[in-house]
Amino acid sequence: MKIAVSSMGKDLNSMLDVRFGRCNYFVVYDTEGGLVKTVENRGQMSGGGAGIAAAQQIIDEDVDVVITGNMGPNAFNLFKNSDIKVYRCGSIKVETAVQLFKEGKLEELTQAGPAHAGMGMGAGRGFRGGR
Amino acid sequence: MELTVISGKGGTGKTTIALALSELVKDAVKADCDVDAPNLYLFYDGRDIRKEYFYGEKKAVIDKKFCSGCNECEKVCQFDAIKDSKVDFFKCEGCGACILVCPHSAISLKEKKTADVYITQTNKGIISRAQMEVGSEGSGKLITMLRSNARKFADGNALIIIDGSPGIGCPVISSITGSDAVLIVTEPTQSGLEDFVRVMELCRHFGVIIFACINKYDINEKKAEEIENFCRKNDVYLIGKIPFDDTVMKSIKELKPIVFYEGSKANQAIRQMWDNICKYIKYLNQ
Amino acid sequence: MQGWVWEQVGDSEGEDKLNIAILSGKGGTGKTTVSTNLSTIIGANYIDCDVEEPNGFIFLNPSQIKREEVYVDYPVVNSSRCTLCGQCAKVCQFHALVRTKKDIMLFEKLCHGCHACGIVCKHSALTFRKRTIGIIEEGQYGNLICKRGILNVGEPMAVPVIRRLLKNLPTGTNLIDCAPGTSCNVVSSLQYADGAILVTEPSSFGLHDLKMAVQLVRSFNLPFGVVINKHNTEDDRIQTYCEKENIEILGVIPYRREAAEVYSSGKMIVELPEYKEIFEEIAERLREVFPWNLQ
Repeated sequence: MKIAVSSMGKDLNSMLDVRFGRCNYFVVYDTEGGLVKTVENRGQMSGGGAGIAAAQQIIDEDVDVVITGNMGPNAFNLFKNSDIKVYRCGSIKVETAVQLFKEGKLEELTQAGPAHAGMGMGAGRGFRGGR
Repeated sequence: MELTVISGKGGTGKTTIALALSELVKDAVKADCDVDAPNLYLFYDGRDIRKEYFYGEKKAVIDKKFCSGCNECEKVCQFDAIKDSKVDFFKCEGCGACILVCPHSAISLKEKKTADVYITQTNKGIISRAQMEVGSEGSGKLITMLRSNARKFADGNALIIIDGSPGIGCPVISSITGSDAVLIVTEPTQSGLEDFVRVMELCRHFGVIIFACINKYDINEKKAEEIENFCRKNDVYLIGKIPFDDTVMKSIKELKPIVFYEGSKANQAIRQMWDNICKYIKYLNQ
Repeated sequence: MQGWVWEQVGDSEGEDKLNIAILSGKGGTGKTTVSTNLSTIIGANYIDCDVEEPNGFIFLNPSQIKREEVYVDYPVVNSSRCTLCGQCAKVCQFHALVRTKKDIMLFEKLCHGCHACGIVCKHSALTFRKRTIGIIEEGQYGNLICKRGILNVGEPMAVPVIRRLLKNLPTGTNLIDCAPGTSCNVVSSLQYADGAILVTEPSSFGLHDLKMAVQLVRSFNLPFGVVINKHNTEDDRIQTYCEKENIEILGVIPYRREAAEVYSSGKMIVELPEYKEIFEEIAERLREVFPWNLQ
């Protein structure tokens, strides 16, 4: 399975970045064979909809699990729709985060946290936001 | 902790109050996210220690070398931004639809600089601010950058005060999402009340703690009471009532935060308000 | 008058309209106060383009209100034709579309309605429907027309409402009360303007933001003048700046607590005789400075 971790740096030794939508990189670890791929997060460069841009990348990479700190409702709903599980973790080494996940010690995110600087607030048509 | 100060309506005294609050806390980091009218730095003898260009928009550019004048681009543009094979810079939204239909690949999207982003060092802490290019849009991306620059300079438990923009559109949304609390500064006028309601709805929508304060409340005590009742009915914590005070105009003229004027009624009321905010936050964290 | 150059601005809507934009740079300087009161003095229609926080109707309180919804397009995916190739999501500059493992998901608030996704789709799987983002209201104040746009709370883009509002302006003189600042909302309003009135206040904020507004109207080549609101006799920095820049001052409105109280109850300040006279003088200056026929 492929595990993507939001990261400040490019490899397993880097620190996890608690922001999902505007983190610097995603470190994608493949449990089959232990291959590591680094993806530069396109969400950082987005005017708006950063979480969405980041989520699209993750989906395109065929990731099964995401480990991050906070995730807004847009990205969260996208992952729910794609059956990609999201786990929460604090600011530790990416490598350690993956290890904790394997040991079943990470908490699964079942609902979205507050959105960071951005808009959209939920996915799909018909969402009027507050009305 | 991040506290965003907004107002819905312009001119209620949001910046005066944001400024005053940041003066009451040692080394508070200030993020001036009112990017259309960034006035915070005028109060300080600051020194810009960092400056970078911010590219916030893309605009279509037609290369005359390859353009045949077929007008396919004009037909497809939903924003009336192309006429006679020329792109109207202000109308173009950078969607790229024209690029898709151009048979000669004569069009490209070019990044346009929309602001200068600064870190300004003052004797009372950092100001993270931007100076927009006139006519440019302040986007969520820019606000995020200003807030993340502020965070970089705020070590650990420092307070970050975000001076937000008026209105309820996307720059305001970007100023409040992810904040710990929002302080809405309103005034006792019919306009103030109506705009307060709208911006409060917005904050409700984003699930942040909402504080409100009525500035210049004694200009119209009846209206002030209306606002108070509204807050009570809607679970908004009315955390301050600042009286009208001529000293405020003086402080703006002299470019000195109101908290330096000892005899000022507004000064005392703002200090009391900050006290209330701190008490409430402490209570919530128990 | 000497100093500013004005060219015969091509009136895109026809010669029977004169559109004057009222803007300020800074919020709260008195754009709405000036535009609503001035419209009654010169007999101009009032158009409230501050669609995020429209306040003008409070003072004019127009009657016989007609409403109209403002629509924007959004894409709808026909799942029987969609192959999930993801080209639509790739081409969208605003991240409004995402290709998930199952389908194409739309974030409508991010959608600009540009149709790029529809253009790129090779399987004719996209059609467009309309959704509402706000309303336009029109009413009467005596024989003056009052119009305004209201953006729905939570909608991030005001420009489509502003464009809809300004596309069909009534004949005669229209005072366009703009949003605060100098951003895209104001820029969209200025595209329909023949001239501008910049409202400022005598403070460092006021001057700082006035300069931005001046830059903007100059880039549109619009003839303009300045009104100084909330004036107290000591501070003359605005006058000094205007003199240096050869900018016409149309009028000076003094700051009085009495006026602030009238305003705070939602009434027109021209009910106070002193202010009525001041606005009549501004109207006079307008006729001199903008050499068109103001009725």
